[in-house]
Amino acid sequence: MFWEKELECMAREDLEQLQLERLQSTLYRVGTHVPFYRQKFNELKVDYEAITSLDELRRLPFTTKQDLRNNYPYGLFAVPLRDVVRVHSSSGTTGMATVVGYTRNDIRTWSNLAARILCSAGVTADDVIQIAFGYGLFTGGFGLHYGAERLGASVIPISSGNTKRQIQIMQDFKTTALVCTPSYALKIADVMMEMGINPNGLSLRYGLFGAEPWSEAMRREINERLGIIATDNYGLSEVMGPGVAGECLECNGLHLNEDHFLVEILHPATLEPVPPGEVGELVITTLTKEAFPVIRYRTRDLARFLPGDCPCGRTLKRISRIMGRSDDMLIIKGVNVFPTQFESVLFEIEGTQPHYRIIVERERNEDKVTVMVEAVESIFFDEMKKQRALVETIQRRLASELGISVEVKLVEEKTLERFDGKGSRVIDKREF
Amino acid sequence: MLRIRNLESGYGRLRVLKNISMHVNPGEIVTIIGANGAGKTTLLSTIAGLIRATSGEIRFQGQELTRLAASKIPRQGCVMVPEGRQVFASMTVEENLLLGGHCLGRAGRRDLSALLERQYGLFPILRDRRSQFAGTLSGGEQQMLAMARALMSRPSLLMMDEPSTGLAPLIVRDIFQIIVRLRQEGNTVLLVEQNAKAALGIADRGYVLETGKVILQGSSEDLLANKDVQRAYLGREKIE
Repeated sequence: MFWEKELECMAREDLEQLQLERLQSTLYRVGTHVPFYRQKFNELKVDYEAITSLDELRRLPFTTKQDLRNNYPYGLFAVPLRDVVRVHSSSGTTGMATVVGYTRNDIRTWSNLAARILCSAGVTADDVIQIAFGYGLFTGGFGLHYGAERLGASVIPISSGNTKRQIQIMQDFKTTALVCTPSYALKIADVMMEMGINPNGLSLRYGLFGAEPWSEAMRREINERLGIIATDNYGLSEVMGPGVAGECLECNGLHLNEDHFLVEILHPATLEPVPPGEVGELVITTLTKEAFPVIRYRTRDLARFLPGDCPCGRTLKRISRIMGRSDDMLIIKGVNVFPTQFESVLFEIEGTQPHYRIIVERERNEDKVTVMVEAVESIFFDEMKKQRALVETIQRRLASELGISVEVKLVEEKTLERFDGKGSRVIDKREF
Repeated sequence: MLRIRNLESGYGRLRVLKNISMHVNPGEIVTIIGANGAGKTTLLSTIAGLIRATSGEIRFQGQELTRLAASKIPRQGCVMVPEGRQVFASMTVEENLLLGGHCLGRAGRRDLSALLERQYGLFPILRDRRSQFAGTLSGGEQQMLAMARALMSRPSLLMMDEPSTGLAPLIVRDIFQIIVRLRQEGNTVLLVEQNAKAALGIADRGYVLETGKVILQGSSEDLLANKDVQRAYLGREKIE
């Protein structure tokens, strides 16, 4: 299913022409209208009017979250405020909030790209789509809401929380597609079980999940437990919101909407491009944003480009699912470790629940990692031997995946806090 | 069909076009809008080879145009309708049209009468005036003649420079309707216009030129909704 086939299946050469045209005029606009960029270009002695190829993007300055904060609230807008029809703000979970604005055209582009993502994930005008993302300043709810309306689907703007009501409505309104975070999808599955509702009796067919990193194992679990096809999608408010990239029904990585975003993958420390196929930080330049264009925004999100063509026919490049955040990256005993690596191991082990915490401490100048994992209830009634065997299996698997040894503690089901929105599963107690 | 990258061009030491990149796909009407002196005519003249590019590339159906003589370019299928019509006043309408077919090869020349018929079908008024001197035609009729003359060479791309200049609004509407009809018949049009509203009304996409640079591009719908375009080229802010 294509929303804009001629754009999604463009020849590489045509796409690059379009990207260059859009990059050049974006640079003219930020160079004339945004003092921050004009100053940065001057400092770096970059003639922004003389960029003649996409490779020259590398001469341009980066934009960081701190730059956004320094220019709080409207400093980076490229249009006067009266042209702005919507303002969103990032959650501010990792510090001071940042503000982004949209012109009428920006909202249209955004709706269109969200529709493109929904369409490639199987949603059509005939679907009833339940949007269990938070509405409000967070871009997740509104972004996909507008996209779903653009597509012509029937939208239930239920927002997040009140899981029992979510399930009730899912049953009564015959929801066919669910939009939320992957961890919330699992929570819904949990509560359904508690309520004694069989997901097979529901009309649910598709799920679009995003806003937090998840794993392939988690996808399998969601697919199985809810009886749906779960796809991943990606976006961030600083760049636009949901609609930057999304999976098609091949479920083999997220197609980047390259006609609107120029994406680089760089090593987070050296800021040089990583070798093809290796993991690095996504750095994004917007090509069509009017109110809030960003040049080389450092997302801190880690992913890699996937090689090869997708059988779906889209020519848009694919990235892997987000493997974590460069600032979530834990350096334990000098080894780079991502929380998602723990997740994928835990998911594959029988007898554990997909809920865990990672606690990092420093004892006598040495890093110590403890993983708390929920185990199925039955194991606690069983003999100690079984418990010990499970702990050992987890330890062995984690050691081989991560290259470091970890402590494992089993806890009873439902003792770890659940998350409605984005979860934070790492507790780093080290002081540096 | 037409792909321009990083084009720079000007007159003598005056650099008018700065780093222009744009493209036209087959079957599209693409418009270039901008104020007086933005470089619109310079851009068309550079594509047509009347002005030499100082750097950059112009590829037309895979062929590099920047090194071709202006006289060779119509034969590639890229024909310009100049601003102010520039019909040959002391020749008849039909003579003007036949001149338009000059670049057709020997084989093509056999079709001249069929081509004439086609133009007369598209612009019936020219049939009535076929033996009149072109100089005696009204402004609108001269514009039609200039378009028909360009179409005589069966171009793949028709470039039009300010077709609305000096014409009454009703005539402008007729001319623009003809441009739409040309697209329906499979032609590709690159339209330079100061009348941004009319041009965006019929075009698929547009580029906004300001002091020799493309500051904005997109679908006509997006450009019409853009506040900068509304303020600068549509004369007023749309009240909503």
